[in-house]
Amino acid sequence: MEHLNKTYPGGKVAVEDFNLEIEKGEFICFIGTSGSGKTTTMRMINRMLSQTSGTIKMNGEDIGKMDPVKLRRKIGYVIQNIGLMPHMTIRDNITLVPKLLKWPQEKMDERAKEMIKLVELPEEFLDRYPSELSGGQQQRIGVVRALAANQDLVLMDEPFGALDPITREALQDLVKDLQERLGKTFVFVTHDMDEALKLSTRIVVMDGGKIMQVDTPDGILRHPANEFVENLIGKDRLIQARPSITTVGQVMLKHPISTTPGKSLTDALRLMHEKRVDSLLVTDEANILKGMIGIEDVDYNFNSATSVDDIMNRDIFYVQSNSLIRDTVERILKRGFKNIPVVDDDHHLVGIVTRATLVDIVYDALWGDEAEDEESDNIHHGVNKTPVSGSQKTDVEGGDQQ
Amino acid sequence: MITFLQTYGSQLLLKTWQHLYISAIALALGIIVAVPLGVLLTRTKAISGVVMAIASMLQTIPAMALLALMIPFFGIGAIPAIIALFIYSLLPILRNTYLGMVDVNPALIDAAKGMGLTSWQSIIKVELPMAAPVIMAGIRLSATYVIAWAALASYIGAGGLGDFIFNGLNLYRTDLILGGSIPVIILALIVDWLLGKLEAAVTPRTTQA
Repeated sequence: MEHLNKTYPGGKVAVEDFNLEIEKGEFICFIGTSGSGKTTTMRMINRMLSQTSGTIKMNGEDIGKMDPVKLRRKIGYVIQNIGLMPHMTIRDNITLVPKLLKWPQEKMDERAKEMIKLVELPEEFLDRYPSELSGGQQQRIGVVRALAANQDLVLMDEPFGALDPITREALQDLVKDLQERLGKTFVFVTHDMDEALKLSTRIVVMDGGKIMQVDTPDGILRHPANEFVENLIGKDRLIQARPSITTVGQVMLKHPISTTPGKSLTDALRLMHEKRVDSLLVTDEANILKGMIGIEDVDYNFNSATSVDDIMNRDIFYVQSNSLIRDTVERILKRGFKNIPVVDDDHHLVGIVTRATLVDIVYDALWGDEAEDEESDNIHHGVNKTPVSGSQKTDVEGGDQQ
Repeated sequence: MITFLQTYGSQLLLKTWQHLYISAIALALGIIVAVPLGVLLTRTKAISGVVMAIASMLQTIPAMALLALMIPFFGIGAIPAIIALFIYSLLPILRNTYLGMVDVNPALIDAAKGMGLTSWQSIIKVELPMAAPVIMAGIRLSATYVIAWAALASYIGAGGLGDFIFNGLNLYRTDLILGGSIPVIILALIVDWLLGKLEAAVTPRTTQA
């Protein structure tokens, strides 16, 4: 699918003059209140509903002229109530569409195994029935069932609405990951703004059957088109959104202490002592990040090893300088790392995020905006580029590293 | 008891066979007509009320009257009896098929359609299996009715265990009345038990082992 052209002018009040072009590999969220026409629009894509006027094209072909049954077999479909067939095993559920397409049996078995691996469930589950799985597990199967026949387009109608927050989050991560990895196009209907912001490449905000705004999550947060969009996002989220559109590069410390693999341990120790830090980042001559050594490593191995290369920890966690704080902070906090190197696109070391930097970020997120709260009421077009102030200079490098 | 069996044993077997034969054919016809009709009604909800009303009305005609009504059209013998019993068997099966199908979780039907099952595939693969227990309950109910009422069929010369009962009534012979009634009861119980087994077999599994 290259282009999904969708014109839907007037006629029915449920959806009015809907125009949207979806590129292959996009993750589109339709968001809006109940009765905004988001589900109606989605269901027209696989012809579960037919439009009063207008055309929907897939790969340039008018779907109105295609056999609806054949069309639907090409489009994955996931609904809120999961819709797994209770009288079929997980295997049969996953291979439902391949079976309709008359795939050979071995290919279906193989596909079922492949699919269940994709959603990180054990293969034994294939012989179980849906009622023997938890809600979250069932919806995982619901998701892969929509992918089992190599569908390029997947429609999801509030698929995670009935799940608890933790399970929902896990499934969101999974779906996002699958979508990016497999390059599928998703059209996802939700009324949960957090979900839309997290998953989509573009968000379509709808109200009363009309498109209010189509933009990237960042674009929506920065420039809500009108009051409705703003209310849907919520004032709280608009305020919170400011730190969340800051990148790691804006808050990191810019001159990390680093050494090269060829240096001896004595040199490394001297450098640590001089700079009052407990660990060193290791880069090669081209400043490409290679690893990290800590004071513990030096201590344990001082007699047995000679160069930094022998003892450095190569398998380290790092972040991209252009990734968003919003996506990064939680991961850093959850894993409990002390110092995280920051690299650019070419893997060059450009900075470091320390625990002290994190304190600044959290501090700014919670209190940093208080002074601006009154102002923010007036800012409707949110030109809130205010970077998280002061974090770069608050502390000397590695302030927590004594 | 033993003398009764000695005297009427072979006749009893014959009549039981006739009884079973009449009932089975009537029930089979009932299933063949009522199940598809019930499925069809779920697709045309507008006329379902009318059809159900007609089926209910047929059910209210007294059994004796219905049997008697058959004589002008089909004469006497097994055929009019089978037709009358078939009419009786329709309603419970029809109603249960309809209710069973309507009761299937709409989300499943939506999912089935959305994945590209044709209407026919959705009925065969999803709706009928899900409605099977309810449909089977209707069939069991019909089977019991039909076996009990088949005893009346002897009145229009269809044979069956009713012959014993009517003879007993005419001759004032309690042993003949019992000799006819008890096998009817046993027959009904056995058939119901067998259909219960069938119900368990067609009820789709939803758990392992």
